Amino acid sequence: MDALDVARWQFGVTTVYHFLFVPLTIGLSVLVAILQTMWHRTGNERYLKLTKFYGKLFLINFAMGVVTGIVQEFQFGMNWSDYSRFVGDIFGAPLAIEALVAFFLESTFLGLWIFGWDRLPKRIHLATIWAAAIGSTFSAYFILAANSWMQNPVGYHINPETGRAELTDFVAVLTNKVALITFPHTIFGAFLVAGSLMVTVALWHLIRRKDSPDTSTYRFAAKFGSWVTLLASAGVLLTGDIQGKIMTEVQPMKMAAAEGLYETESPAAFSVLTVGSLDGTREIYSLKIPGLLSFLGTGSFDGEVKGINDLQAQYAAQYGPGSYTPIIPVTYWSFRFMIGFGLAAAAIALVVLWTHRRGRTPTSRWLLRAGLIMPLLPLAANSFGWIFTEMGRQPWIVFGEMLTRDGVSRTVSLTEVLTSFTAFTLVYAALAIIEVRLLIRYAKNGLPETTPPPDPDRTDDDADRPLAFAY
Amino acid sequence: MELATVWFLLIAVLFTGYFILEGFDFGVGMLLPVLGRDDRERRVLINTIGPVWDGNEVWLLTAGGAMFAAFPEWYATLFSGFYLPLLLILIALILRGVAFEYRHKRPEVAWKRRWDAAITFGSLVPALLWGVAFANIVRGVPLDANHEYVGGLFNLLNPYALLGGLTTTALFVTHGAVFIALKTVGDIRHRARNLATRAGIVTIVLAGAFLTWTLLIRNSPAAIVLAVAAALALAGGVVAAHAGREGWAFTGTALATAFAVATLFTALFPNVMPSTLEAAGTLTVDNAASTPYTLKIMTWVAVIFTPIVLAYQGWTYWVFRKRIGVTHIPD
Ligand code: HDD
Ligand code: HEM
Ligand code: HEM
Repeated sequence: MDALDVARWQFGVTTVYHFLFVPLTIGLSVLVAILQTMWHRTGNERYLKLTKFYGKLFLINFAMGVVTGIVQEFQFGMNWSDYSRFVGDIFGAPLAIEALVAFFLESTFLGLWIFGWDRLPKRIHLATIWAAAIGSTFSAYFILAANSWMQNPVGYHINPETGRAELTDFVAVLTNKVALITFPHTIFGAFLVAGSLMVTVALWHLIRRKDSPDTSTYRFAAKFGSWVTLLASAGVLLTGDIQGKIMTEVQPMKMAAAEGLYETESPAAFSVLTVGSLDGTREIYSLKIPGLLSFLGTGSFDGEVKGINDLQAQYAAQYGPGSYTPIIPVTYWSFRFMIGFGLAAAAIALVVLWTHRRGRTPTSRWLLRAGLIMPLLPLAANSFGWIFTEMGRQPWIVFGEMLTRDGVSRTVSLTEVLTSFTAFTLVYAALAIIEVRLLIRYAKNGLPETTPPPDPDRTDDDADRPLAFAY
Repeated sequence: MELATVWFLLIAVLFTGYFILEGFDFGVGMLLPVLGRDDRERRVLINTIGPVWDGNEVWLLTAGGAMFAAFPEWYATLFSGFYLPLLLILIALILRGVAFEYRHKRPEVAWKRRWDAAITFGSLVPALLWGVAFANIVRGVPLDANHEYVGGLFNLLNPYALLGGLTTTALFVTHGAVFIALKTVGDIRHRARNLATRAGIVTIVLAGAFLTWTLLIRNSPAAIVLAVAAALALAGGVVAAHAGREGWAFTGTALATAFAVATLFTALFPNVMPSTLEAAGTLTVDNAASTPYTLKIMTWVAVIFTPIVLAYQGWTYWVFRKRIGVTHIPD
């Protein structure tokens, strides 16, 4: 074990952890904004209750998203300083713009939303949650543009004197075709998580608390969440399909690695499940769909898909001797888990909708159990999607330009990285337990009693009235 | 003016904004166990910054991002070099951020007490360590010819840097106390005002010593002027606090913070990280900067969006302008 390995583990752990909270923030902020808009439009109190209820869960999650994000911002400099030197000219810009354009918007307006119930006119208060939601979505775009540049570097040249990458076309970086398709894929993935969480909580109350006066409201939430989940899963399928084609074009090795395809094939079959030796070189049992991989990668059922062996030989000739093959079992399985877990959530959503048909209310214990794991499925799918994307790029940190091992900080010692890795892991583990318990506690509490928020115009009359919300 | 110089200035502005805004947040956090005698009072203190602390913290993220974009070498050397102090700052900011949000989520006394401790620790540690870090940047650290930090941890804990840390801590305590006096009513307000005066006197002594030492290390006429301005603003703020003029007192401590940061950046210029080993190791505005093209794009973005951010953040402070006291805290 050396400092490089630990730095990689630290990046993987802290980033995947950050991305457990990110999808819920992105998705739930919009869903809460929609609920509040419905309340605003109809005046129906049940939407206000739902706004406050899911808003609370959203905030418990948001706090974790923020604090884990701070670590990300500085981690490039701490553990990947040579990478930072190499790409700073290009990579720093979207990061800085993300903070200036998106994070300020998100955090400032969320503060206004949380504390502003009795301070702002209703319409303006409604606008604040939309502003925060838009901020989250902006932030996703800029960070994904930065990440896409690492997958498919564009709009730059290498300065022969310094050996560094220099920006030549910023618009090209922002309109990188990988970024344009990664963004909707990630956003749909986020809605998959948010919709599922909404269903889970509502379902629990429907089945466990049959006599609750709020049953009709929970029915609405369960159906609404299920539709969001279904639409989002259609979205990830559609965008994922396009991503596969772009990936085959810009990173053919990743596609070959996703499939464990060693020899170039045309047409290539997609294996749903393969039992083989661990490195995938020898097959023991395999369930295959003929032609599907060709279709995923090229759009035609008999297109040619390049195999790992050919690509490895080609890269070795192009970049010099060495291994250019990612760890095949990781890419193979993470790709399948991404798709499988994501679609499983959609399947549960379908069942939930079915049990609600024509005014029915679900009672099944089995559905309750399935419902309880429902938000974990798209969360896992999201994590595996990232693990696939990032591990499939290896050994490159910037595809074709810089190897991961060359990006690490040279002066940071093994002891230092181990210290930070241990510290983050322990703190994150403790916080995970605390936050999950809080989420469950507040989810179980159910819909709050609401009194309509006091009229902000009256604030000057009775200055001693308690705040509508206080920490 | 060259774009690299413009960006040096902008980064100084971002850190100034960060220290003025999160400076009083840190102060409030550090004073939680001192001024908050019971749970209700502690909630009053926390709620003075409740709606704004997260927006304040984004100043740091923007400063970090801007440093990465405009001076990648500076960003890389600074954060890999000051590794362990930065780690501590990050852990502190994590615990503090979660604490604000989670503290009131359960009624148990032990639960609240633990999060209170997290807020105090999470405010004290960055207040101290940012001072240590900036003092070290100004003083210079061992950088080799590749601009890599080769000093180790103990190199950073020199007397000058520690004095810098104590100065920022005392300054933020004063600034926070003045802010509390400005934002509360009743008994807390009086206690905060008294404390501001006492903490202010300690700060004047520490800041006077620290700024003088700074000028001895890196002298420049502009830095002297700024240091004197910082001292005057601080003294004015303390006098105003004593006289019960809280708005003026806050203006004073905010200006003192701004002038102190300006002194440090002026003393530093045109270097961004001087090396104590060899001249070739020194990072300057020129050799750490990005290309003019990147800087030009960043300048446009900053010119357009900074005023917008300032406008809506200013509006937030206006919306939450009312003083609060124990009667405003809901059960
Ligand atoms: C697809 C979206 C996405 C991705 C890939 C990332 N993040 Fe993130 N980040 C967000 C989407 C997001 C968000 C939705 O905007 C968050 C999540 C929760 C939150 O509070 O805002 C956030 C919060 C957040 C914060 C705190 C913002 C605040 O204080 O309000 C920082 C500093 C970062 N992130 C930085 C990063 C970095 C450097 C990443 C790359 C390694 C990264 N994030 C990956
Ligand atoms: C701009 C954004 C990102 C950048 C610059 C980036 C960069 C990196 C770097 C430097 C590494 C370490 C080298 C390595 O181990 O391969 C890495 C690995 C990794 N990243 Fe990303 N990443 C980004 C976003 C993300 C996101 C949002 C996720 C998802 C949660 C993610 C998941 C991973 C994973 C799972 C690894 C593998 C860890 C390992 O190799 O052990 N990355 N990435
Ligand atoms: C069903 C739920 C799914 C979720 C939650 C999900 C999530 C993700 C995430 C978070 C990433 C990494 C970020 C990115 O590069 O976009 C990713 C990458 C990817 N996903 Fe999905 N995904 C899902 C389904 C699918 C499906 C059905 C396909 C294909 C038909 C697909 C194809 C891809 C591809 C090809 C990549 C890699 C892109 C690259 O590295 O260039 N995904 N996914």
